[in-house]
Amino acid sequence: MFANATPINLLRNPIAASRARSILACLSGMFRLSLRGFLHSGLLATLSGRVMAFAFVALTAPALATPHIEHWQAPSGAQVYFVEDHGLPMLDVAVGFHAGSGFDTAQKSGVAAMTQNMLDLGAQGLSEDDISRKLADIGAELDGGFDQDRAGISLRTLSSAAERDQALSIMASVLQHPTFPAKVLEREKVRLIAALKEDETRPEAIAGKKFAKAIYGDHPYGLPSSGEVATVEKIQRADLTEFYSRHYGAKTAVVALIGDVTRPEAEAIAERLTAQLPAGGASEQIPPVAMHIAASEQRIPHPASQSHILIGAPGVSRTDPDYVTLYVGNYILGGGGFVSRLMNEVREKRGLAYSVYSYFIPMQQPGPFQIGLQTKKESADQALAVVRDTLRKFIADGPTQQELAAAKDNIIGGFPLRIDSNRKILDYLSMIGFYGLPLTYLDDFPARVEKVTVAQIHDAFRRRVDPDALATVIVGAPDAPKAGPAK
Amino acid sequence: MMRTGLWKWLAIPALLFAVTAHAEVFEKTLHNGLRVVVKEDHRAPVVVQEVWYHVGSMDEWTGKTGVAHALEHMMFKGTRSVPAGEFSKRIAAAGGRENAFTSYDYTAYFQQLHKSRLPLAMKLESDRMQNLLVSDQEFAKEIKVVMEERRWRTDDEPHSLLSEQLMATLFEQHPYHHPVIGWMSDLQQLSADDVRAWYRRWYRPNNAVLVVAGDVNAKEVFALAQRYYGGIPQRPVPPTQNFSEPPQLGIKRIVVKAPAELPYLIMAYHAPTLRDPAHDWQPYALEVLAGILDGNDSARLNKALVREQQLASSVGAGYDPLARGPSIFTLEGTPSEGKTVADLEAGLRAQIGKLAKDGVSEDELKRVKAQVTASEVYKRDSVFYQAMQIGQLESIGLSYRDIPLMLQKLQEVTAQQVQQVAREFFKDDNLTVAVLDPQPLSGKPRHMMQEGGSNVR
Repeated sequence: MFANATPINLLRNPIAASRARSILACLSGMFRLSLRGFLHSGLLATLSGRVMAFAFVALTAPALATPHIEHWQAPSGAQVYFVEDHGLPMLDVAVGFHAGSGFDTAQKSGVAAMTQNMLDLGAQGLSEDDISRKLADIGAELDGGFDQDRAGISLRTLSSAAERDQALSIMASVLQHPTFPAKVLEREKVRLIAALKEDETRPEAIAGKKFAKAIYGDHPYGLPSSGEVATVEKIQRADLTEFYSRHYGAKTAVVALIGDVTRPEAEAIAERLTAQLPAGGASEQIPPVAMHIAASEQRIPHPASQSHILIGAPGVSRTDPDYVTLYVGNYILGGGGFVSRLMNEVREKRGLAYSVYSYFIPMQQPGPFQIGLQTKKESADQALAVVRDTLRKFIADGPTQQELAAAKDNIIGGFPLRIDSNRKILDYLSMIGFYGLPLTYLDDFPARVEKVTVAQIHDAFRRRVDPDALATVIVGAPDAPKAGPAK
Repeated sequence: MMRTGLWKWLAIPALLFAVTAHAEVFEKTLHNGLRVVVKEDHRAPVVVQEVWYHVGSMDEWTGKTGVAHALEHMMFKGTRSVPAGEFSKRIAAAGGRENAFTSYDYTAYFQQLHKSRLPLAMKLESDRMQNLLVSDQEFAKEIKVVMEERRWRTDDEPHSLLSEQLMATLFEQHPYHHPVIGWMSDLQQLSADDVRAWYRRWYRPNNAVLVVAGDVNAKEVFALAQRYYGGIPQRPVPPTQNFSEPPQLGIKRIVVKAPAELPYLIMAYHAPTLRDPAHDWQPYALEVLAGILDGNDSARLNKALVREQQLASSVGAGYDPLARGPSIFTLEGTPSEGKTVADLEAGLRAQIGKLAKDGVSEDELKRVKAQVTASEVYKRDSVFYQAMQIGQLESIGLSYRDIPLMLQKLQEVTAQQVQQVAREFFKDDNLTVAVLDPQPLSGKPRHMMQEGGSNVR
């Protein structure tokens, strides 16, 4: 969620993810602009990091059909969202829970992520090897998703009866009867700690961690999502079973399905995956976020040749009435790929950075508003000044009519690309279900975007982003801060 | 673990997944030599256009590394009729996404849009095929962006740095020796003239393939292609040099020091490239072998080295036989705390030795093949990826028409063949070992690292 969607769960490496990497390796190869945010796509991909900035939804001409979403509550209590689609002989299923790192405490930071990580490393009657082998035998792919709010698992399988049944049977065991073997936990702790230590040497990861802390303080959104070395060392099996029984209950589960099954089959599948979940799962709330922070600037030395810069503050929640306005406005500021103001000022005009962006990540509680870039050390102060000037000017004056029209053209006109695969639609089903958004969410969005005015963006940014109350983190900072106007 | 290794710049999806249903593929060659391949897929009202130029960084010469990629950046900087920045603006205003990428083997440009906007994409893409303007002023800014990209992607990324050094060691004569993005010292001296010369030399319709995939009608696409690209004059394409890498004369080892916490090991063996899909058999066997080693979490490497022996916190195997140049087979991993790269190397060698000695089971073989079959279906969920595969194959001298045959050949691989390639290619004289020796951020040496691994065999 922070920095740039580095894989949140450091230990996950399911086959689907590695396949995505190999396929998309071409894309991250020598891109004119990296699509990193797109690439780390797990089950809940639309939630994490930069993907969010892109993966939003709008609608184009009324002729365009949005998927027909069916919704019901399973007898288990789980909420089910289903799109029937017989176009390809395959099925995608995702089950999500209110079980992200926002439910961790500072003392037990990392328990949420480890619980999710361990789900498919042992289930009733199945060793971790049985699980991966039986899935591979039928070409099924099990993937994990994890962020501050959500944790879950997704499955992709062929829809032919034998394959589908075997795949679902494993998914059902993993979700409902994980065994959290103590030996495996010890090994996974060692692996995670190694990865966390490695992260402590990486400028991007250091910046992300410091930034979260700077804007969220002691709020759980300020915790590193996979925990810290000191807290992971202390994780016991009982922590996992306890977290599991509290947060993986059927009543708060969201099941999303798309693919080659009928409604009655989908009903049976949803029940099969959730009927034996723990009885608990009362919806626990992530505490409110303190919205106003004091301006701060941290300069952290690092031997890297580039400075990694993050600037921001708490932003908006998923259900905030300003969200759509801010989303459209942010497209103009720093969300719109090659055509945003930040991109124009920092990269196109001055050649200061390869990538520069801004986004709001809407979460259960207000997720971050964040600007990020990397530039060689000697340019850091100049780039910082350019970014601050650009932001200040945007907030002071708002966008132009022309910029707004271009933003709407892109967001609305590009809608078909956002729902052009089962994978993408599955992510929307999960999101709609998890945040309790209306079933007409996809259909409604274009009208909401269309209605946004220059004055609304101007007003919303002035109210929601205070350029004098932002946290700045510079890792690999130039030796001495230099003050000076942008050139 | 990454099954296909960390070869960002090898930039080719594993053959294991290079399969597609393609009954709906149509092709035509325009009079000026531009090949047009259309994949119809009517599941969603979207289209992707890709233009692949059959030239990549391997066609560069000494002192000018990075020029292919630098031109790719400059392709967005304006033509006579479309000023700098306008390309992106017009695609964005049409609701589109666009980007471009460069590899050793090719350079490609693409746009994804609603199907009704294909003419706009063709208009813009065909314009810059012949009318690009590279101004000194725009180049001076953009080359700074490329240097920032290099710092971000390679210089400050220890694993990328190690890969770069590995390739420079593994290939002494073949141009895969040089990184796609170019050496920093070359980037510092590259000029707008170099980029202009590259453009004039290579960018022409008869050195490209146009791939269109999505909710389109092939006939209509051919007519559009004729309209927008048909008038671009054909010009002779200079011959590309055929490089080869002579046989290695003995094991090579390198160490790269960089700020990091954990050591990291890559073992890379020279391996064959797929040239003749009908008669080659070793690439298919090696691909299956990669799947047996690292095709799922219970495959040999992860099961033995991460789960059971706990020698490594992650391991992987990678092989990609689809390339214009030579291929490599890699094993890589991060040792567990308390273990050294020498321990891990020994563990990986033991796995390879076991394969060569005892072969593989029918179950393992069947599992990999089941994954191939399923992947063929899953892949059809992405129009973009289907187009990528076609473009890639066409750019390296193979064809999308080979896909069913390649699939069939994979299914026909026998346990004996897998054992045979393990014996033939995993030899020390064929091996380069690269080790990342992590250095503290403070710049002070942390410890003396145990160099090499010959003592552990």
